[in-house]
Amino acid sequence: MNQGRIVLKSLRQHALSTGVTCLSVALACGLLMAVWSIKDQSRETFTQVDAGFDAVLGARSSKLQLVLNGVFHLEASPANISANDVAEIQRQPGVALAVPIAMGDNYRGYRIVGTTTNLFTDGEYAPGRRHGLAVGRLFDAGRQEAVVGSFAAERLGLKYGDTFHPFHGINFAEAHEHEEEYVVVGILKPSNTPADRVLWIPLEGVQHMSGHAEETATDVSAVMVRLRTPLAGQALDQLYNKKGERLTFAWPIGATMADLFSKIGWFDRVLSLVAALVALVSAGSILASIYNSMNERRRQIAIFRALGARRTTVASTIVLEAAAIAVIGSILGLLVYGGILHAAALIIRQQTGVVLDVFAYQPALWWAPLGMIALSALAGIVPAVKAYRTDVAGNL
Amino acid sequence: MPLLEVSGLRKSFVSPDGREQLVIDVPRFTLDEKAQAVLRGESGLGKTTLLHLIAGILKPDAGTVRLDGVEISQLPEPERDRLRATRIGYIFQSFNLLPGFSCLENLLVAMSFGKGADRGRAEALLQRVGLGQRLHYHPRQLSTGQQQRVAVARALVNRPRLVLADEPTGNLDQANAREVLRLIRETCAENEAALLLVTHDPEVLSSFTTVVPLEQINRARVQTAEAAL
Repeated sequence: MNQGRIVLKSLRQHALSTGVTCLSVALACGLLMAVWSIKDQSRETFTQVDAGFDAVLGARSSKLQLVLNGVFHLEASPANISANDVAEIQRQPGVALAVPIAMGDNYRGYRIVGTTTNLFTDGEYAPGRRHGLAVGRLFDAGRQEAVVGSFAAERLGLKYGDTFHPFHGINFAEAHEHEEEYVVVGILKPSNTPADRVLWIPLEGVQHMSGHAEETATDVSAVMVRLRTPLAGQALDQLYNKKGERLTFAWPIGATMADLFSKIGWFDRVLSLVAALVALVSAGSILASIYNSMNERRRQIAIFRALGARRTTVASTIVLEAAAIAVIGSILGLLVYGGILHAAALIIRQQTGVVLDVFAYQPALWWAPLGMIALSALAGIVPAVKAYRTDVAGNL
Repeated sequence: MPLLEVSGLRKSFVSPDGREQLVIDVPRFTLDEKAQAVLRGESGLGKTTLLHLIAGILKPDAGTVRLDGVEISQLPEPERDRLRATRIGYIFQSFNLLPGFSCLENLLVAMSFGKGADRGRAEALLQRVGLGQRLHYHPRQLSTGQQQRVAVARALVNRPRLVLADEPTGNLDQANAREVLRLIRETCAENEAALLLVTHDPEVLSSFTTVVPLEQINRARVQTAEAAL
């Protein structure tokens, strides 16, 4: 019978306290892994999502607002820009592709975005990957037709051939229904990008929707821009942001999002701190649970010692027991992690269309359990010292 | 040369009123190899303390305990532990079995601190004490007599040179006491281990030819001191 078996026996003997402390470790470990994983994956994913474009051109506002609006379909559009501005950027020699988008309507909370079909035919949401159609075809510019993102179609229950009436505004209000009726002519394949949450219609559809101002009927909300070279970005940055005053050229998209994450870095730190505190509390619960059982263990320790066990053996058995609780807790923690990440990924997908990979490797998946085991073993030292000092003759 | 040789052994404890009280003062005591002797003494005369000193559980204030040529009292604690695990078997009045472990595991644990686990020997010993059908029973599932039989098997499992038995029949009824005593004596003889048993039970005393009155070898007046331990 080795030390490991003795530890397992002891865990079984104290099954209730072992179970409770294992659960507390599982929660702490799962939380630690989830916080770090969501933090890192969100930063990584959100700074990489660019819908296949390098920049967003829009009315004078913050770059972040333009990116959130144009790429993630969040936030309100700052203002419109004219057809001339669209034409001007399309003429720029450094621009490979410039796709106008117009927003301002929704269908039951999901955004309707007006655009041109070259978003799908020429645009690549990731290198070498274009939006494909799961069913149907792309809309015709002159018709009241829609191509629906996969997630929106699934949530709204829209199928090929279904019709719908857009609602005015970016937030859903039952009373603000437009008269126009759109027919679903295509459903996009899932791309795991914000485009999945959008109902795409022809640009003119949004521009001429009933109730929209006629005098601004040729305006758009923003232009999504793909550059030929990074150098072109610098030139356009100079042209629109430094020299001009009417428009904002949000470039590069990834850096703008990274800027957002560094601004909300304090929030990450608070979350990390909370998770670390939970880990400490959990290690404390191991300490308390083993320490509180030391009175009933004294006799057993004395018997071990009378049978010839060394002080260091009984003490290290206690440390091993604390570590074993953390090992079991960490394994259960993977389930907690999976649960939290699954829920978080679902919410993030619902809100932004961005998909986090629940099964993606994250460094936190090894350092959090190892850290938890080390911390627990450290916590086990306190009762281990008590075990070390147990008076054999007095406890037999 | 005797197997066990105690010389000038002294041990004091501080009593609750703060005074130092001499509990053990044994000028000389010996036990030969394979011998079976009993120390007779009433409670509070330092019997258990003397056995703890011989087993190396306690360290004497003065004097020596020599077992099989090794001076236990001078060894550092880890070596005393090792020696106790490998050369001394201990049978307690209150059995001191590990409640969370089966009969077999109680023996295997003792072996793990000694010469290493030998499942075959552990099973054979349990068979020898009549518990071959109860290897996987836990102590709470056994009668008191059966529990003490497990303790006898455990004391012998590491092939000790000396078995110390502290009132081994004190918690047993007469029939079980007789049976356990028979087993202790037979198994010690079979395993060529010397036996030093302490008791005040007249029936146990009557079955030994070598009976040493404790007050004859321990000069300390210990009534109050050991009672206070």
